[in-house]
Amino acid sequence: MLTVNRYKCCYCGACVGVCPTCALELVETWLEVSTDCKECGLCTKICPVGALEVKA
Amino acid sequence: MKCDVIIVGAGPGGSMAAKTAAEAGLDVVLLEKRQEIGDPVRCAEGVSKRTLCQMVKPEPEWIASEVKGARIYAPDGRSIVMSEDKSGSEVGYVLERKVFDRGLAMQAARAGAKVMVKTRALGLLKKDGKLCGINAMRIGEPLRIEAPIVIGADGVESKVGRWAGIDTTLKLKDIESCAQFLVYDPGIDDEYTEFYLGNDVAPSGYAWSFPKGGKMANVGLGIQGSRSKPGEATRRLHELMKTRFPNGKVVEMVVGGDPCSGMIESTTADGVMLVGDAARQTDPLTGGGILNAMEAGTIAGEVAVKAIASCNVSRAGLKEYEDRWRDSIGRHLARSLEFKDFFVKLTDKDLNLLIGSLAKEDISKMDLPGMLRVLFRLNPKLLWDLRHLAV
Repeated sequence: MLTVNRYKCCYCGACVGVCPTCALELVETWLEVSTDCKECGLCTKICPVGALEVKA
Repeated sequence: MKCDVIIVGAGPGGSMAAKTAAEAGLDVVLLEKRQEIGDPVRCAEGVSKRTLCQMVKPEPEWIASEVKGARIYAPDGRSIVMSEDKSGSEVGYVLERKVFDRGLAMQAARAGAKVMVKTRALGLLKKDGKLCGINAMRIGEPLRIEAPIVIGADGVESKVGRWAGIDTTLKLKDIESCAQFLVYDPGIDDEYTEFYLGNDVAPSGYAWSFPKGGKMANVGLGIQGSRSKPGEATRRLHELMKTRFPNGKVVEMVVGGDPCSGMIESTTADGVMLVGDAARQTDPLTGGGILNAMEAGTIAGEVAVKAIASCNVSRAGLKEYEDRWRDSIGRHLARSLEFKDFFVKLTDKDLNLLIGSLAKEDISKMDLPGMLRVLFRLNPKLLWDLRHLAV
């Protein structure tokens, strides 16, 4: 599953822009992950601070 | 709640759209999902002085500093200098976005727009298959706003387009992963923006230093998403700090994704127009998006006024927006995209050759096309693919 390290996240929304299934939503400082997430990992690559990780 | 136009996102694009539509007498609601407009910043804050002044009269407090020109560094350390009045596009003023964005939203409010902060759009409202507004959440409470037109100025993470059936999803190659520090360092040149090129510094991107006055600067970099890995932008920024500003003090951290896809197929749907980063109107070469967003916002505001007056808010009725922004901003984006596609393929050796060839020429009085002509004359083989642009 996709995990968000909220201590690292700078809530910039880059991940939301690349998500192919529209599964991410940035609510102020809070990144929400919906059940539409396919764990493709694109968002983890674009994250400038490395706050996202797909964990088995 | 009912109005004529809902604008989602109170950045420069949204606020210009709101101001334009409100000044023409429309009932406008401008939504901002954050509780503060303009914060957190996701921007290097550089704009062309001339273009900004063509659109608004800047308040003194919007401007952090004014620069004389740009210095571009090759990977081998050699540099060239361009003056502000010639280099044009992304230098001139370095803004204070937190103040600037709020200032523009204030202008929209003064023109009559209703500004609502901490109000997030959740989805489009439809009636008999026709768009009729949005569902929102305002400070945790549901809010229904009815309007025939929705302008999506909701940035890199735009949802309005996707809800309306416009695919704005960015491929990794079409977004730059960026990190920036606001740095205090006595060694900072307050009068010049600096650009550092090189695949070691920023793969398929560049690093920058935009002075904000008083020996402070936005020092940052962007790397192409397809060459990024988790946390790469921040890691490389720390490297850049070590080499360029080893004694620099970091007083703020900014990160973000910068769309660099060039024009997308459509930025309109029935009752919907997209503006700025949401419409991927950012310059693909420089990553600059403020002025394009403002221009597109103004056009969208004007078209909204006409569409409401003629009772035709369908995609066909909004075609003027599509036509006008493509004719102005679009031409520039297409050209920039060609340069970018070429630029990202250059090796450090190529970059050294190009910058090095200019080091012997007097380019201080040249404009960009003039400089390009010189580059072509000196490096015809390397630049062969771009020959059609050198006229």
